[in-house]
Amino acid sequence: MNKADVLIIGAGPTGLFCAHQLGIIGLSSEIVDNLDKAGGQCIELYPDKPIYDIPAIPECTGEELTNNLLKQIKPFNINFHLNQRVEELKKVNDRWHVKTNGNKEFDVASIVIAGGVGSFEPRKFTIKECEKFEGNSLFYAVKDKTIFKDKTISIFGGGDSALDWAIELSNTSKVNLIHRRDGFSGMEASVQKIKELNDKGKINLYTKYQLDSVSGDNKINSIKIKHDDGEVKDIKSDYVLGFFGLIMQLGPILDWGLNIDKKKVEVNTENFETNINGIFAIGDICSYPGKLKLILSGFHEGALAARGCFKYAKPNEKLRFEFTTTSKAAQERLGIKND
Amino acid sequence: MSKITYITHDNKTHTIDVQNGLTVMEGAIQNDIPGIDADCGGGMACATCHVYVNDNWSDKLPKKEDGEEDMLDMAFEPRSNSRLSCQLIVSNELDGLIVNIPSKQV
Repeated sequence: MNKADVLIIGAGPTGLFCAHQLGIIGLSSEIVDNLDKAGGQCIELYPDKPIYDIPAIPECTGEELTNNLLKQIKPFNINFHLNQRVEELKKVNDRWHVKTNGNKEFDVASIVIAGGVGSFEPRKFTIKECEKFEGNSLFYAVKDKTIFKDKTISIFGGGDSALDWAIELSNTSKVNLIHRRDGFSGMEASVQKIKELNDKGKINLYTKYQLDSVSGDNKINSIKIKHDDGEVKDIKSDYVLGFFGLIMQLGPILDWGLNIDKKKVEVNTENFETNINGIFAIGDICSYPGKLKLILSGFHEGALAARGCFKYAKPNEKLRFEFTTTSKAAQERLGIKND
Repeated sequence: MSKITYITHDNKTHTIDVQNGLTVMEGAIQNDIPGIDADCGGGMACATCHVYVNDNWSDKLPKKEDGEEDMLDMAFEPRSNSRLSCQLIVSNELDGLIVNIPSKQV
């Protein structure tokens, strides 16, 4: 059981800065995120795209912003629990007990949901029978590539994941690469490589085709793919891999009894607390009149939510407002040495 | 104002006057048309405002930027007439546009 004052759900910019604000006022926090790294949408959707509206930073990329925030919270030695999605929530006396899908448990005084538009999960095939094969002969990520040796693999998608795996697996497997259009979103060098491999007969490239059906008993043995013009091809296939990027799902948070409207959690604007005492929501996931989905708004919301958490963590203490420029306590927490 | 018609997956037709300059996505969100999520808020960073454009309109719309087509690879059941509605800016030229909303966005 990890014990802390606050559990922050989501390691995007809003969650990271909230951890900073909690640290400044002397509260401890732990952060969980379903991705394998911190940064949230900034890292997953636009790591290289410049952002121009962070106050006092004329231009920075999503990755730079994330790295700077991580640097800013370094003094607080916050634990990150990545690849974890929160599942269960239980109130135990005055505390919250939270459990993740990886069986990590937390005992906290309050919770800050900074979950963006939900946790990132792979987008799946829309054909119903695919579910039956998921995890045995149909995958959305490669965990153990040795199982594909000398087998026929059909890879769907046109981004870097699809191209990279098609190239990699073509060394040891028979690879079909299927994509819905002629253009690819992956790196140009990879696209060229795929075309070369196709010309040499090392890869079978099918463009303007999409998956039509899968068949097999326990495992897949063949699939049908359909061209834009309606033509259907039957191809033998031992495995199917789908790389369609990530989608964002609210997941188990939906069942926590929060007031949710249009996938957003309703909060008050005084301290960004939800309808449930001790549970706060900040950033893209919260809604209130006038809400702007900007990173800078998330920072403001996190600062106020952190103060809102104080009374749950330290019910017998009074929080005094202080500036980091002059507060000895805040500077000590930041590890700054004053002579 | 231009008239935009949204046809939801259950075949219900919603014809709305949308202010020129807004996007087809914003027209749907502001008028509570179901089936358009627009998770990223119009940044071409997700594919949850996906619509199918009526065949008569495909050629009359501004061409897709590369980024839009890349994003549509990630959409739910994309077709050749798929667009991201956040990239369609309403103008007099689009008056009368008809779009179909897919059964799901994610």
